[in-house]
Amino acid sequence: MAGFNFKLIKNPLSKENPITVQVLGICSALAVTAKLQPAVVMAISVTVVVAFSNLIISYLRNTIPPRIRIIVQLVIVSLLVILVDQVLKAFVYDVSKQLSVFVGLIITNCIVMGRLEAFAMSNKPFDSFLDGIGNGLGYAVILITLGVVRELFGSGSLWGYQIIPDSFYEMGYQNNSLMIMPPMALILVGIIIWVHRARNKDLCEK
Amino acid sequence: MKWVRNLLDNMKPNFQKGGKFPWLHSTFDAFETFAFVPKTTTTSGAHFRDALDMKRTMTMVILALMPALLFGTYNIGFQHFHSINPELSFFEGFWDNLWYGVIKILPIIVVSYVVGLSIEFGFAQWRKHDVNEGFLVTGMLIPMVMPPDVPLWQVALATAFAVVIGKEVFGGTGMNFLNPALLARAFLFFAFPSSMSGDNVWIAEKADAFSGATPLAEMMVGANLPSTSFWDMFLGIMPGSIGETSSIAILLGAAFLLITGIGSWRITLSVFIGGALMGLTFNLFGSNPYTQIPFYYHYVMGGFMFGAVFMATDPVTAAQTNRGKWIYGILIGAMAVLIRVVNPAYPEGMMLAILLLNVFAPLIDYYVVDANIRKRVKRWKIKGGQNV
Repeated sequence: MAGFNFKLIKNPLSKENPITVQVLGICSALAVTAKLQPAVVMAISVTVVVAFSNLIISYLRNTIPPRIRIIVQLVIVSLLVILVDQVLKAFVYDVSKQLSVFVGLIITNCIVMGRLEAFAMSNKPFDSFLDGIGNGLGYAVILITLGVVRELFGSGSLWGYQIIPDSFYEMGYQNNSLMIMPPMALILVGIIIWVHRARNKDLCEK
Repeated sequence: MKWVRNLLDNMKPNFQKGGKFPWLHSTFDAFETFAFVPKTTTTSGAHFRDALDMKRTMTMVILALMPALLFGTYNIGFQHFHSINPELSFFEGFWDNLWYGVIKILPIIVVSYVVGLSIEFGFAQWRKHDVNEGFLVTGMLIPMVMPPDVPLWQVALATAFAVVIGKEVFGGTGMNFLNPALLARAFLFFAFPSSMSGDNVWIAEKADAFSGATPLAEMMVGANLPSTSFWDMFLGIMPGSIGETSSIAILLGAAFLLITGIGSWRITLSVFIGGALMGLTFNLFGSNPYTQIPFYYHYVMGGFMFGAVFMATDPVTAAQTNRGKWIYGILIGAMAVLIRVVNPAYPEGMMLAILLLNVFAPLIDYYVVDANIRKRVKRWKIKGGQNV
């Protein structure tokens, strides 16, 4: 087994973040982050799928004929997604209901296909697994940030528990319903990208 | 005015290189050039001098807004007392009405300017460039498109959102593609619908028994004609956003803007034409009462007039080519009436119509320029490819 390459996990968290730098997986980031709980569940599911599909494809990479590699990748990814979907339905049915079609759509999540093509097809299994974990965590960081901000300001709660006290509402505070709508998630992602690039000048395009 | 000049000259060394606060120099420049036209000229390249620089232009727009603002202030007070005592006639209790309106509107104006200007100055210091004067007008437009009872913290939030997300991320005044004042309103409209729509927000501290529906809301629920007469709506004696109600006050401002050449007459005129075209189309084909009202009712209800005169003509976000301005304006007018009549979720279509066309303005310009190039190439070919 090759050495534990820590960079594979660390880089996707910031400099190679799948959402803010590679700009992949935006649709699900906008769709499932109105509340924190679905965002966390979605982040875990995607991490599991990316990590294990990376691992399996990496083991198979020398036996897959290049012309049908996308089909093979899709079969494995859909297998994992169905597993995840069944687990969610069995243990967290409510959240599974909220995520609805978006669990199934992990199959088409660009992060999964992107990592398979860009990394797993040309790297060793353990490295690919780490890369999958890293990218899943990078996705998770953004999703959880969005989920926290959107649920806190949009519904006044976190994980379903009310955070903003009633006395605030009596003083005239109101929940921001724009936060619950997907456009605001896009604006928030934009702000995150703005801050991120302002702090890492080497990411700015010329 | 001499003492202002002296005061500024005395302060100036503090803000120049080697002074006490060199990092504040753009703030100082902003105030100095606001009071006096700068004497310096560009040293290289082609340039021309005009007495009307950007700060003076903005001041003109503020002047044009004054009639609508004054009327709006009075109307806040009148609508408030009128909801308590429906027998009240318009000029009864003149000073009470005016005073009540001033108390209501001043905090909104102050909040809008303080929040917006501090963000503008902060960004200018941070980026080390000059303070833009764009907010001068935006800061006055924001209070005028708000309902009188809007909570102040929401005004602050909306202003901050509009200035940061609508303007500064794109590079400041002149770079924004959406009208910041309308963006602030749209933000509130979607973020806090309960303070921006419905029948209860258009009259300050409305008495509960009074209906308070705007003419637009009455049409929405199926009235044949608004309960306010056409002339009352034209004069502006109806509930609504602060600055939008009085067509006559807005037209005074419009005349000022068009005579001084600051607002584009093409845009204003074409917005009205677009509204009329769509209104007449509805008259022909429509089936419910809203589609049957005469098109000029659309002009005086809600924010149509205000949008046509002050919002659509924003030189930064409107189309730049002359033919593009016609297309832009006609589409705004038509779209506004279309949204009003057809979409049950939005009683007022002007805001969304202008924002939509703001987004499309660069595309319109692109095709206008493109068509012109193709036309000239064609002409050149017909003439045998010679330079004529």
